[in-house]
Amino acid sequence: MNSPVQHLLHVEDVHKQYGNKMVLDDVDLAVRQGEFCTVVGPSGCGKSTLLRMILGMERPTSGHLLIDGQPAGVPDATRGIVFQRYSLFPHLTALQNVMLGRELSCGLWERYRRRAEFRDEAMLFLERVGLAHSAHRYPHELSGGMQQRVAIAQAIILKPRILLMDEPFGALDPQTREELQLFMLELWEQSGMTVLFVTHDLTEAIYLGSRLFVLSQFYTDERGNGAHVNRGARIVADYQLSPTPAAPSAKDSKAFVTLAEEIRHLGFDPAYLQHVSDFTLHHPDAFQTLAPEQMRRGSSEG
Amino acid sequence: MRVPLLFGLHADPPPAVRWLLALLPFVLMLAIYLVASEIRHEANPQDKLLPTISQMVDAMQAAAFEPDRRSGNYLLWNDTLVSLQRLGLGVVIAAVGGLLLGLNMGLFPGLRGLAFSALTFVSMVPPLAILPILFIAVGIDEAAKVTLIVLGLLPTIARDMLMATEKIPAEQIAKSLTLGASQLALAYRIVLPQILPRLIESVRLALGAGWLFLIAAEAIASTDGLGYRIFLVRRYLAMDLIIPYVLWITLIGFLTDFALRWVLRRFFPWYHTGK
Ligand SMILES: Nc1ncnc2c1ncn2[C@@H]1O[C@H](COP(=O)(O)OP(=O)(O)O)[C@@H](O)[C@H]1O
Ligand SMILES: [Mg+2]
Repeated sequence: MNSPVQHLLHVEDVHKQYGNKMVLDDVDLAVRQGEFCTVVGPSGCGKSTLLRMILGMERPTSGHLLIDGQPAGVPDATRGIVFQRYSLFPHLTALQNVMLGRELSCGLWERYRRRAEFRDEAMLFLERVGLAHSAHRYPHELSGGMQQRVAIAQAIILKPRILLMDEPFGALDPQTREELQLFMLELWEQSGMTVLFVTHDLTEAIYLGSRLFVLSQFYTDERGNGAHVNRGARIVADYQLSPTPAAPSAKDSKAFVTLAEEIRHLGFDPAYLQHVSDFTLHHPDAFQTLAPEQMRRGSSEG
Repeated sequence: MRVPLLFGLHADPPPAVRWLLALLPFVLMLAIYLVASEIRHEANPQDKLLPTISQMVDAMQAAAFEPDRRSGNYLLWNDTLVSLQRLGLGVVIAAVGGLLLGLNMGLFPGLRGLAFSALTFVSMVPPLAILPILFIAVGIDEAAKVTLIVLGLLPTIARDMLMATEKIPAEQIAKSLTLGASQLALAYRIVLPQILPRLIESVRLALGAGWLFLIAAEAIASTDGLGYRIFLVRRYLAMDLIIPYVLWITLIGFLTDFALRWVLRRFFPWYHTGK
């Protein structure tokens, strides 16, 4: 079931250390094509670090990161990325920003010859994100929400295998954020693309995701709890959520609120420490590569 | 509360007053000069130190519109042309070289490792101190003057470009790669256009030093040029030519700066506001 090739994204036994500080401590996860995965966790637990490694900006200290069975390597067109900031190139207009992916992947002559074609295609994408009227404006002339829409159009024009997003709506006001959440769900439904979406907003994570990972350093294992254990974050919960997007009103439903509370408890509460052998890994694709010294003694779980 | 017109932290002078304020120092300097010149000329009509305005106009008219007896050149225009050629060539070479060096050092750790210490070292060498070496090595003609300007400006510009390149967020670099950029395209289509406005700013600042090196080189070894002329006529205490020449150089510097600022606003509308 966990053969790496079967999954679009396969992360196994990944550790990341900065100096002596363990940030990620044996992360295991597998993502199928078409899933909308959200990742939540306490601030500073390593969500961005995990995303940067999948993107190829950084290398894990140890472990495997595979995309379509290939090592993640350096950033390339198999992955699209939307950051919270710096997503657009300030010296290019919205249209030029969206065209860029098409232009960069061909030589000067071809770029010149197919100019009109690229322009039309980029306009289509801008229309899709509702910004055709702002095509010729520079990023600094656009609002934060519009900038992120352009950034999404820019990232998906090359049809990446997986779209990575690091708190893309984190700097937006609540109303714009809600608009963009709806937009994102629409886009996902139409295109069926695979998304890995990092956020610190629990509600956003549950609302958007068809699957939800909780990354947290608040857990325990047989190494004990003293300061001597250099423990990093791991996936402490993996939920399968509804594969069809819900209406925004769902955010107030009982089930929604209960789930949010449960996640807050097991992922964000420093006083509540789940044992590694008892993580809330409900999703059928979830797996764990536990080192023997972490496993509960006398347990046969793996 | 009344907003003070001129004094204190909360002063808010209206536009007309701002203009007057800006003009005031110039009017004052001119007035002081005229009075001082008048006093000296009353005491000694032959005074050369503080020439009157009409003496300066006469001297400039001769330099600009009467061919020189020895060379047949119109001195002012000839001097201006050769000086600007030297300065322009030196600044362009320094700007292009500094841009390419800084850009590539900022992006490619290998090149950075190779060149960083050397660049820092070279930028500490006082260019004027090696002027004699230059004269010996490349002769005392045009090449030496241009080389002096390049040596004086390139390291600073390169370091500035390096810093500008390093300021580009790693996210943007990664983003370009996910959009299919090759390393070459990344350097010349993503990073270069973004640091170009910074290069213009850098050149604006470097031009002052450029003039310094140019005039020094012309004063020491040259047969024409604005710097040469000033140091030549100094022997005859010809303040009536020196002062207008200095004003002329200042005006050229001011106009160049103004032009560069215009280029920045016209062609890089996203700069500054884009931050
Ligand atoms: N380049 C780096 N060098 C050293 N420490 C880092 C670096 N990047 C991140 N960290 C540390 O790793 C931890 C996780 O950071 P990050 O992935 O940004 O967290 P999150 O995105 O979950 O808020 C933080 O404690 C942070 O200080
Ligand atoms: Mg983060």
